[in-house]
Amino acid sequence: MDLHRPLLRGEAGLPELPRIALIPLAAADTVPRAHHPLARPFLTMDALPDHMRPERSFQGFILALQRFWAEQGCVILQPYDVEMGAGTFHPATTLRALGPKRWNAAYVQPSRRPKDGRYGENPNRLQHYYQFQVIMKPSPPNLQELYLKSLAAIGIDSSVHDIRFVEDDWESPTLGAWGLGWECWCDGMEVSQFTYFQQVAGVECAPVSGELTYGLERLAMYVQGVDRVYDLNFNGREGDERVTYGDVFLQAEQEYSRHNFEFADTAMLFEQFRMAEDACRKYLAAGWQEGNRKEHLMALPAYDQCIKASHVFNLLDARGVISVTERQSYIMRVRELAKACGEAWVHTEAGRAV
Amino acid sequence: MPELLLELFSEEIPARMQAKAADDLRRMVTDKLVAEGLVYEGAKAFATPRRLALTVHGIPVRQPDLKEERRGPRVGGPEPAIQGFLKATGLSSVSEAKIQNDKKGDFYIALIEKPGRPAIDVIAEMLPVIIRTFPWPKSMRWGARSAKSGSLSWVRPLHAITATFGLETEEPDVVNFSVDGIEAGQTTYGHRFMAPGAISVRRFEDYEAKLTAAKVVLDPQTRKDIILEDAKELAFAQGYEVVEDHVLLDEVAGLVEWPVALMGSFDKEFLSIPDEVIRATIRNNQKCFVVRDSRTGKLANKFILTANIEATDGGKTVIAGNERVIRARLSDAKFFYETDLKTKLEARLPKFEQIVFHEKLGTQAERIKRVERLAAEIAPLVSADVETAKRAARLAKADLLTEVVGEFPELQGLMGKYYALAQGEDAAVATASEDHYKPQGPADRVPTDAVSVAVALADKIDTLVGFWAIDEKPTGSKDPYALRRAALGVIRLIVDNTLRLPILTTAKSAMKGFSANADVDTLPNDLLSFFADRLKVQLRDQGARHDLVDAVFSLGGQDDLLLIVRRVEALGKFLDSDDGKNLLAGTKRAGNILAIEEKRDKRTFDGAPDAALYTLGEEKALAKAIEQAKREASAAVAKEDFAAAMSAMAKLRPAVDAFFDKVKVNDEDPKVRENRLKLLNEIRAATRAVADFSKVEG
Repeated sequence: MDLHRPLLRGEAGLPELPRIALIPLAAADTVPRAHHPLARPFLTMDALPDHMRPERSFQGFILALQRFWAEQGCVILQPYDVEMGAGTFHPATTLRALGPKRWNAAYVQPSRRPKDGRYGENPNRLQHYYQFQVIMKPSPPNLQELYLKSLAAIGIDSSVHDIRFVEDDWESPTLGAWGLGWECWCDGMEVSQFTYFQQVAGVECAPVSGELTYGLERLAMYVQGVDRVYDLNFNGREGDERVTYGDVFLQAEQEYSRHNFEFADTAMLFEQFRMAEDACRKYLAAGWQEGNRKEHLMALPAYDQCIKASHVFNLLDARGVISVTERQSYIMRVRELAKACGEAWVHTEAGRAV
Repeated sequence: MPELLLELFSEEIPARMQAKAADDLRRMVTDKLVAEGLVYEGAKAFATPRRLALTVHGIPVRQPDLKEERRGPRVGGPEPAIQGFLKATGLSSVSEAKIQNDKKGDFYIALIEKPGRPAIDVIAEMLPVIIRTFPWPKSMRWGARSAKSGSLSWVRPLHAITATFGLETEEPDVVNFSVDGIEAGQTTYGHRFMAPGAISVRRFEDYEAKLTAAKVVLDPQTRKDIILEDAKELAFAQGYEVVEDHVLLDEVAGLVEWPVALMGSFDKEFLSIPDEVIRATIRNNQKCFVVRDSRTGKLANKFILTANIEATDGGKTVIAGNERVIRARLSDAKFFYETDLKTKLEARLPKFEQIVFHEKLGTQAERIKRVERLAAEIAPLVSADVETAKRAARLAKADLLTEVVGEFPELQGLMGKYYALAQGEDAAVATASEDHYKPQGPADRVPTDAVSVAVALADKIDTLVGFWAIDEKPTGSKDPYALRRAALGVIRLIVDNTLRLPILTTAKSAMKGFSANADVDTLPNDLLSFFADRLKVQLRDQGARHDLVDAVFSLGGQDDLLLIVRRVEALGKFLDSDDGKNLLAGTKRAGNILAIEEKRDKRTFDGAPDAALYTLGEEKALAKAIEQAKREASAAVAKEDFAAAMSAMAKLRPAVDAFFDKVKVNDEDPKVRENRLKLLNEIRAATRAVADFSKVEG
């Protein structure tokens, strides 16, 4: 019962993530793949300076995905400014998945898993990492093809890599959500999750959205050929100009691990959970226009409080102050908030039936 | 005769669902064909990750014409009845009906002729219904159409339907239908990466061949054969053999359309991890086969993966990628294993105090204490050393808190054994860690080591008594705590090891460990009858007579499962003999007469008959035979020689037969009648030395 959708389902809660499969890129492998049938003209990487190539830099890698999905008509959003455990919690996914209106979006979302912190000592585990999230509503008929093309865009060539769609049913007890789909494997490594949402926040999805989640660090390590996440080249430069993932985040991992496991103020957090829960309910109650349940005017602010409650719960969980039985009841409480927010959302301009 | 080709082309179907889906498709289509009068010659269904396919051959071109006579009201009958008849049969007036005549007079007969329809039309009607009602374990909606209710549900998005019907010698017709906007046609697609283009197909023959050309092996069995053969060959070439794994093979064959087996290796240093851990790591997480040295039986540092493509680089990249993931997985496993070895098993026990076993049954720590106490009580009864059994029970669950078991729950017990041996425990203690979970099912091994047996019995009996105490017994198909399996495990442990374990006493003793206020008499008896039921099921599954279990249990006070089983066996043999059959018939006859007379007189006929009232030789002979049989049978039962007890009973037969032959029970003299009824009661009583014959069927 993980509060948040793990990046790598089935591995959540383990003390270690497997190291990433890495293929040393031979010189020939770094040649742009413009000739590949899946590559599209805008992806011609010849035009890119070396340091911007997806296999050279973390930022180039993210930019390649953003460009690809922008080209598919997605709005490219910036990360949501509330801490959350997974990109799915972003209102651009959770709430926008509800209601009949078309919605295509892609964004990077920092994901916080307080329990996964390892003081910067584990080569793969981070308490803060990035997910790249795509949501397309309704799910287009060629979503699988688009996904495979996106892999080509970041340098994964399907003529030499073994790419599979392996059953993975997704359920989020906290979000009152479920969907069917796959883990996407590349040479035996799970690199993405692919889900057709059936229900979110207790509301049936009509139409269904397709959701893709890429584990960015993991994929970037794969294409860059590094064993340790902190060794990722962040900016694609060499020598003095080179900035690694470790330069950017190692200290943060050490500090936050200390915070998450040892010092996070639990009394304050319990209070924050309660406050967020109360505020969420208060805003939901106040949001119904003229008190009738036809139009809601504050679904988004209420939902922010739901995300906050969820993150605070994760921090409390990492501090080990929530017992097994309490844990279940906290999950239920967050789900109740999520469901009420979903209910409010479908009575707003963006969420209601036309 | 024409054949049908049907293919449902979709996004990747979960491997575990494919075989059943193919079977369901075949069954649903052929059942419906037959129901429509279209009797076919043969059908075969296939599944790959992306398609379900079905071919049915020898289907008639048309349905047979149907002629039916329907009887109507009598001639001159009431008008509403006649109108109703016309309406039901579609006749426009009674003049179209025939008139027939029977004993009761003239009546109308409508002759309804229903011409058969072309099979292709019937198929076009049935397929959409089958597709819409297909029994996927989990199905989903997708795409723009899912905005409206009633959109199609399928296991994953359905993209294309191929449906053709026609003779082998001709260009077949497309079966015209559509489901949720998908038109049936004759276009399918090849392998996702190697031959993604559209393929036009006519019938099964060219369909299968074109798919093969497009890098799709349609038949799952063929894919399995290819994988296994290639894997064996790869292993053999290196002097190894594949560790065959049918479950994994089924799954892997469901993940690829074009299987390509490749061999990779990992660092030899990982071979320091127990083989089972390596295998679990490689199998569960990476769905790869492991390889062993055929001479030593030990795993080699190789694995075999099954790719879905013939990679342009010969698989180098795929192997390298998989090797890296497996290296990472194994270094995790090695880390877990080595970390586990640093902590002694008993040092883990305090943690169980915080782990709830069941909210009404307390913590794991409490449970372990109970099992330890019970194992100590059982130990002398199974010739196990008490202290060793206690130690084994105390440590048996400790591996649940280890890293390796956390990662691979199926290695519980086995890891405990490794860790116990590593910390220098007695071999019996180590073995009990693995074996106390056994037997898990009817096919599982039954432990034989006395210490393992004691802990296994204690563990299972504690579970049963505990859940009985909180009234969480299995109901119908629901048995969430696997209590039936636990009871069967107890039975097999006792019978296979020829143990004498009084269930009632043991259950009572086990109850002391629980605070729940269950009745100390009711519960053990209730549990005992659950054992009786399990025993019956087990005997039935073995093809033995399960009614005999009731015949023995009905005697009461039977809580020694081994004796019960022996008695049932002896009884079964006896009842197969002529003596047994006749004695059973005689006893039943006595029982029936008694039942009638007891009802009539509203009394029972207990008590010894009066020898002075015997008037006939047969009475005296029977009385004597009963006396003798009772004595001999009881003596034999006391010696637990049930075969001898049955032989003693057999001697009763001639006397019983003669009695029924010559003696009239309901004599005019009420005293003689009463005495004879008492004698009949004695027959019943005597046979109860071995079994309650009234519970025996037949």
